[in-house]
Amino acid sequence: MNAIRFPQPAVMMFCVGLICSSTASAQVAITGKTVHTMSGPAIANGVVVIQNGKITAVGPADQTAIPAGLKVLEAEVVTPGLIDARSVVGLSGIFNIKHDQDQLERSSPMQPELRAIDAYNPHEKLIEWIRSFGVTTVHTGHAPGELISGQTIIVKTTGNTVEDALIKSPAAVAATLSSSARKRDKGKSPGTRGKMMAMLRQEFIKADAYREKLANAEPDKQPERNLHYEILIDVLDKNVPLTVTAHRAQDIASALRLAKEFDLDLILDGGAEAYLLADKIKAAGVPVILHATMIRPVGDAKNLSFETASHLVQAGIPVAIQGGYESYVPKVRVVLFEAGIAAANGLTFDQALATITIQAARILGIDAKVGSLEVGKDGDVALYDGDPFEYTSHCIGTVIEGAVVHDHPR
Amino acid sequence: MRIQAVLFGLGIMLLASSAAAQEIAQAFVGAHIIPIDGEEIDNGVLVVQHGKIKAVGPAGSIPLASDVQVHDVAGKLIMPGLICTHNHIGGMGGADSSAPIQPDVRIYDSLNIHDSGFKRALAGGLTAMNIMPGSGHLLSGQTVYVKLRKADTIEDMFILDTKGQPMGGMKMANGTNSRRDAPFPGTRAKSAFLVREQYVKALAYREKIERASGDAKKMPERDIGLEALLEVMDGKRIVHHHTHRADDILTVIRLSKEFGFRVVLHHISEGWKVAEEIAKAGVPCSVIMIDSPGGKLEASYLAFETGAVLEKAGVKMAYHTDDWITDSRLFFRSAALGARAGLSRAGALRSLTLSGAEMLDLGDRIGSLEAGKDADFIIMSGDPLSVYGKVLQTWIEGQKVFDRGDSKDRLYAVGGYGAGDEQEPYFCCFDQEGENN
Repeated sequence: MNAIRFPQPAVMMFCVGLICSSTASAQVAITGKTVHTMSGPAIANGVVVIQNGKITAVGPADQTAIPAGLKVLEAEVVTPGLIDARSVVGLSGIFNIKHDQDQLERSSPMQPELRAIDAYNPHEKLIEWIRSFGVTTVHTGHAPGELISGQTIIVKTTGNTVEDALIKSPAAVAATLSSSARKRDKGKSPGTRGKMMAMLRQEFIKADAYREKLANAEPDKQPERNLHYEILIDVLDKNVPLTVTAHRAQDIASALRLAKEFDLDLILDGGAEAYLLADKIKAAGVPVILHATMIRPVGDAKNLSFETASHLVQAGIPVAIQGGYESYVPKVRVVLFEAGIAAANGLTFDQALATITIQAARILGIDAKVGSLEVGKDGDVALYDGDPFEYTSHCIGTVIEGAVVHDHPR
Repeated sequence: MRIQAVLFGLGIMLLASSAAAQEIAQAFVGAHIIPIDGEEIDNGVLVVQHGKIKAVGPAGSIPLASDVQVHDVAGKLIMPGLICTHNHIGGMGGADSSAPIQPDVRIYDSLNIHDSGFKRALAGGLTAMNIMPGSGHLLSGQTVYVKLRKADTIEDMFILDTKGQPMGGMKMANGTNSRRDAPFPGTRAKSAFLVREQYVKALAYREKIERASGDAKKMPERDIGLEALLEVMDGKRIVHHHTHRADDILTVIRLSKEFGFRVVLHHISEGWKVAEEIAKAGVPCSVIMIDSPGGKLEASYLAFETGAVLEKAGVKMAYHTDDWITDSRLFFRSAALGARAGLSRAGALRSLTLSGAEMLDLGDRIGSLEAGKDADFIIMSGDPLSVYGKVLQTWIEGQKVFDRGDSKDRLYAVGGYGAGDEQEPYFCCFDQEGENN
């Protein structure tokens, strides 16, 4: 009876299941010795009140009334629910076998028409895993590794269906300008960096022509619907941002060049060598969803630095830190840990926490809803028994829209 | 020419003075000292000379000679250099794809000591490690125990046994990584059979040697692979065995009993399920700490709690980096996350040092700060189990080999342009394509 000898994993899954299904009362108050609202200075002995899933009050305990009948949770440190600004969780599963890997379709190098909502599995174990460390919102979807791999979505880390979990779809179109998008087989494109850019440019030019055709055709002579170009038009119209995964400085420069030519709403993803181009990134007004601090220094990311987040923040660039994509282990990274290493390498505590809360929300365009503890925002909260970034602290609770979705030290 | 002569002379003088510096004792005064084999010392003194530790104790308890070189390390922390029982740095390449069992291959014949991985390891406070071939084979070759000394060749890093031979173990693996197309096994039972067959062969080889009783003419033809397996069965070479699933762990224990080899169980994602059986077998464990379960089927039940469960069951446990799997600069994290999940502080600190040393038969030489042991230690800015604690200096045998204050050393500690290698590691199951590219 293994489960009895070491019951945590089995029991954990069971309990969370129970909690998820009994979220009727989305009414809860959370008290913290320190409450990091991320909308102002931290509050000592603070309270967050959540009713009907939304934050209805935040303030010092002596000035904030807790309505009668509310369940009260206590913690040493309270933060907004964490946001993983770029992941593939829910598409890339825990087992890492063919059947649970839906993050990358290899049949063609450019498939922006692939929707993440059609591939996201809200029951994936790894979602439960990151939730237990305080992650409440994830920007996830098609992985880097093809020139345009597909679309992304933003979801809450609960929900029985993708529709339950969904905040935004499509959140972005994911492009890659780095070695992984390069084909090594003879006769296959793109085989070089130059060809990658040529293909992307040609595709946006075609999308633009299709947009023109749509605009100019008589209502009864509209061209056939083209799902591929429809989403690229959304990108050209800046309705949907383009994320470009690029680690090497030269690839980051290419991404900036592309965005300038087509006037795109660009979000840089990865950015291992972004410290070499901070001025140019800043001048272009482009935010960076930085690679997980602890990814391996191999391949295009071989020159990564633990201090990149600090460099970029100091340069005034909006920075979020991502969990990212791993082809092996760890199958999902925990942004809490990744921001912690950045906090130990140049970022202040507040700056580091911002990269996985309010700054992530701003970059993703969801800051009216999540990312800070403010009245009117979703009741998404993480509870810790100490400095959240310390290795030996625990996430003791996770609350999503007022429902307790994790409730034991992890 | 004259200038050159002067410079040359200066060089000689510098060399001479640094040699002299090795001879006088050095005292590190005022730090919080974690000796590992005893209580932590709040305001301590560490005295080293001739590459060895002379004395450790509370400040004032150790008389310092007048010619001792004193290092004021007040406010800092000193503990033994970290020891990693399982590492893949140095561009290692052991067994090739020709066969599943290749005991003839020595990993040290493949290592590039200029690999940046060694520099990152020093930045992480590692002073000794077991460098191993990968896990894509049932038996992928001989491992090597090294000290991360300044070196020109891998020989300069060797740890020698009493006969002057380089120390090392044997890398074995079971479970999914070594299950591949023929000639590799396709199932677990076939995996175990192939291993048993090979050990039986080695036993027959030994019998032939014994029957020859010294007569060179009757001796069998030398087989360096079987020789290495005999070293395994003679207990000279410890088997370092990759194994994840609970049943695979028990298979390793079964085979080690059958052939009498000494074994350290490595990774053991599901070790928590069979901690009592492991304890009963008296087998030590070197645990991998990964930020999430999965990534491969057999690691789906990996848990942060493994270290704590093993400690409670009375199993000797260490952590390892498995570097490139986890970064040597973050080795402390593994033990600290273990502590997060219930491992004691003392157990966590021992798991990075003395326990690892013992798993490499080096417990009497390294792994703790004790008089007579090698002067391998690190100076830290803060607590080793805190994310904010940093390795400031790493010392091996009384020589400073890493200094965070040095800009070159710092590049490897933190990363940055030029810190990366061209060389990539070889793993059986690691998709380089999808990783960071």
